[in-house]
Formats: sequence, structure tokens, C-alpha cells
Amino acid sequence: MSVEERIQEAVAQPVALFMKGTPDFPQCGFSAQSVQVLRAVGAEFAHVNILEDPEMRQAMKEYSNWPTFPQLYVHGELLGGSDILLEMYRSGELAEKLGATAE
Amino acid sequence: MAAPQADIALIERIRARLESEFPSSEMIIEDDSARHAGHREAAGRFHLKVRLLSSRFTGLDRVARHRLVYAALGEELAGPIHALNITALAPGEST
Repeated sequence: MSVEERIQEAVAQPVALFMKGTPDFPQCGFSAQSVQVLRAVGAEFAHVNILEDPEMRQAMKEYSNWPTFPQLYVHGELLGGSDILLEMYRSGELAEKLGATAE
Repeated sequence: MAAPQADIALIERIRARLESEFPSSEMIIEDDSARHAGHREAAGRFHLKVRLLSSRFTGLDRVARHRLVYAALGEELAGPIHALNITALAPGEST
């Protein structure tokens, strides 16, 4: 599968976190923090470990027009990186959008 | 091992870029590198925090605001900056 196809498949999931490492073994503090806030609101999410896929890592920067990781996609849209997720967690928007009780 | 600190020249270069992209904004730039010492991928590069209050952010969502900041600092992000925390506020907002 080409990298474009892999990206399309990944972002087609309801919630997908492109991160360094895995949710249980994050390799970067920002990725770890994003996993924490997603878990704190009870969000279910898929993940892509971009450290294992250098081609995907580069392609996602261009696809998203976003130079850093993590990147959280919700229904194909970039919701943001770690600063945005933390802000949305603190304001309650993350729970509203992705929480266990969200529609 | 002592943590590396971003040098003043880098911080001033970033300040100048942001001032030209976001005129009459208020900004705080902090060097947070010491908190991220020992991080393998970060070796020799810096972690900065930018808090920016600008009327250019009015009416833009968070992703669009961060993209403006990333675009202003593209060269530094590809080079000496490993990580950049961004807080982007429009006038009248606070966090």
C-alpha cells in the first residue's frame, strides 16, 4: 500500500492519534500527554506510531500542513496537536467532543 | 549533565520573525529546554514555549492559529527547535 493509501486508511478511522511510540509506551512527552488526556475523557482511539514508519512521518507533515507530532484526527479532520488537546481537555471541549458519553 | 539552553540569538531571531508576522502582538518566549534534557530525539535542539496575543487570530480556530505560528517559524522548526509549545490568543481571550 502506498503511503497516501495508508494515510487515507488511518484518517478514515473515527479517532486516530499519529504519535511517537504507542499509547502504552509513548516515546515523547507530548505524545504521552495526548494519550493521557484522551484516556482521561474515556475516548476510544486508534494510533499510528510514526517512529516505525519514516515515510508516513514525513508524509503526514505535508498532508496535515502541521510540522510536529502528535496529530489527532477526528473523522478525517485534524483536531490539533498536544497543546490544542490539552487546552480542549482543560476547557471541557475534549470530553464534549470525544468523551465516553459524547454522541 | 547540564541541560543545553537556547542561546539568546536564537530567541531574538524567533522574536523578530514573530514580530514581523504578528505586528503589535504581545508575546512571551520561554526556553523550556531544561525540562526536556536527555530526550534522545531532542539532543542539541531546543524546546521553546511561545505565548502570543494577536488580532490576527481573531475568528480563526486553534488549528489555523497554530499553522500561522508554524509557518512564521518554518526555518527554525526544521533546524534548532525540537519542540514548540504554542498558546495563541486573540484580544479579549484568556487561558
